[in-house]
Amino acid sequence: MDTAKLFPWFILLNPLIAAVLILVATRKNHGLSAVISTMSAFFGLAAALCAWSLPEVHSSVMWLDFGKAFQVPFGVKLDHLAKAMLLVVTGVGFLVHLYSTVYMEHDDARSRYFGHLALFMFSMLGIVLADNFVMMFIFWELVGASSYLLIGHWYEKDSAADASKKAFLVNRIGDFGFMIGILMVWGLLGTVVFADLQPAVAKLVADQKTNAPLLAFLGVAVLFLFMGPVGKSAQMPLHVWLPDAMEGPTPVSALIHAATMVAAGVYLLVRITFLVDAAPLAQTVIAWTGMITALMAALMATQQNDIKRILAYSTLSQLGYMIGAVGMSAGNAAMFHLFTHAFFKALLFLGAGAVIHGMHHEQDIWKMGGLKNRMPITFVTFGLGTLALIGFPGLAGFFSKDAILVAAGQKSVTFLVMGLVTALLTSFYMTRLFLVAFLNKPMSEAAKHAADPPLVMTGPLMVLAVPSVLFGWGWAASLFHVEVPHGSDTWHVPLLATVMLVVGAGNAVLIYGNRDRERVRIPLFKDKFYFDELYDVLIKVTQEALARFSSFLDKYLIDGLLVKGASALAFGTGFALRFLQVGNAQAYAIFFGLGVIVLMYLAFR
Amino acid sequence: MTLTLNHYLLVSGLLFAIGFAGVLLRRNIIIIFMCLELMLNAANLSLVAFSRFNVGAPGTPNEGLPNFNAQVLVFFIITVAAAEVAVGLAIIVALFRSRQTTHVEDISSLKF
Repeated sequence: MDTAKLFPWFILLNPLIAAVLILVATRKNHGLSAVISTMSAFFGLAAALCAWSLPEVHSSVMWLDFGKAFQVPFGVKLDHLAKAMLLVVTGVGFLVHLYSTVYMEHDDARSRYFGHLALFMFSMLGIVLADNFVMMFIFWELVGASSYLLIGHWYEKDSAADASKKAFLVNRIGDFGFMIGILMVWGLLGTVVFADLQPAVAKLVADQKTNAPLLAFLGVAVLFLFMGPVGKSAQMPLHVWLPDAMEGPTPVSALIHAATMVAAGVYLLVRITFLVDAAPLAQTVIAWTGMITALMAALMATQQNDIKRILAYSTLSQLGYMIGAVGMSAGNAAMFHLFTHAFFKALLFLGAGAVIHGMHHEQDIWKMGGLKNRMPITFVTFGLGTLALIGFPGLAGFFSKDAILVAAGQKSVTFLVMGLVTALLTSFYMTRLFLVAFLNKPMSEAAKHAADPPLVMTGPLMVLAVPSVLFGWGWAASLFHVEVPHGSDTWHVPLLATVMLVVGAGNAVLIYGNRDRERVRIPLFKDKFYFDELYDVLIKVTQEALARFSSFLDKYLIDGLLVKGASALAFGTGFALRFLQVGNAQAYAIFFGLGVIVLMYLAFR
Repeated sequence: MTLTLNHYLLVSGLLFAIGFAGVLLRRNIIIIFMCLELMLNAANLSLVAFSRFNVGAPGTPNEGLPNFNAQVLVFFIITVAAAEVAVGLAIIVALFRSRQTTHVEDISSLKF
């Protein structure tokens, strides 16, 4: 094996080594743990940058070999898509590590935190580099497990423990579908390796007529596979875990909920675009799921008051864009938006972390205000992130969102309208957040005395501001082979998007300019369309019914009929037969004789 | 009139029935015991009768001979019956010594 083939293995295993080292050896030494973890993240970033100069690398070893029927190699694949994703994961990952060293300074369990952070990086890089479905699934689950650990880092808090449990369970629902989908694909095509699947699918599609039932089966398989991304990328109706997951430490939110874990679903869908494109029905479902999520999440975001929750719903909404784009056969646009979104959303989360840090763990935007003077660096960088998110012309988000909107416009007018309304809402709620938290007058003592955090924390903000501004221009788009719309037939899309931006932001300024409390109350949006309540009821009803039913089965069928029934039968028969014991030997002789007669009758009849 | 197997079996059946009736109806253990012996001998009689009338067919090794298996069995039964009488009488004597009675109706303590 030449050195180039070892390279992706190094990228994959480097954070695992760090995680093991921290969790086994340096648990007691918090400082050292932070250094190990951050160093490994730095190596990862350096390796990801080096990877650009490498040709495509694919290296695998046979892992499970059950003859021809089922072979699972353990392989890493460093292709164009993986390289781009690596840059996102390691780039944001490293900055989050750096930021965490200060943000988590006073935490008593820093070693655990950094160990889990490294474990998470390992799992995420596994997803990025996986060359087959089984491996993808393993790392998919590992991401679920390590995100559980990270979200529940402050497990002493009930809300954090509940949130991590919720995230894990909701993800499990999606993962189960994902697993069924993998099995179906394997059953249909006989392989789980992406590289072998592609020609197999192409062969199926080539002969539409004879393969129609198989293609229908494939469509169902893709729908099941899609359940994985619905869980991980928090699409409707499994989106409920993401806002709650904000209970984790803010850097974790930035890492998991902006750049990596939630992006894994989109990444998977882009990885298997050839499967998705072969199933038009699944494609439609995916597109609708994405766009509905985008719209609903944006509506919910408009009425939230917790700074991190607003960002969480915004993430949901942007993920909806990406998933929707995949469903419109615009995987490149989806990856492009994932790429730019990862940077500006990480910037916003880390900025929110800086605000929370400066405000002594106050997260309610109505208790902030006036932070523009107190926290200038955060103000500027957060402002740039906001502009990038709402798609201010010239910033990263503008171009990537545009690519998706153009794709939507080519697919159907409905999607375009949904996308534009979402864009309007995005600019509305982000302007609201920015106005209330930074521009309006201070609304609490803490806000009056807030201050910028130290350079190690503002550094990542400034670094992230650069890609948030620049990564939308031609060369970044060319990484993803996205054609930034120049054609004469799509000129109206960026124009419309800009109009939406102005209308949304303008309305926000009109409603929230110089206000110190919420003026608009829409309970439906504030209470997240009652999804949580709905699930509560649903779980209560179904679980209660199921519990009652199984309790009935256990109590009366198993306990009553089988266990107690058997003993009662034996006892009863014995009791009845006891009356035959009359004590008279001659009576016994009569019974005996009668018995013989009966037997003889039976034998000779 | 020639005696056929049926005559022997009829006598054997009668003996068995008389014995069984005695066992069921008489109250004295000694009599019951004797009736038991009667039933035993009824069985013996039918065995011997079967043996006598089961003559080997022409062409077989035991051509013209009765089947002796049953007669050998009868000897076994007589031997075992002798032993049984010895044990049974001993039990009855022991019973009489402890209860001063040979009536079955008086011996009914083993019941529910």
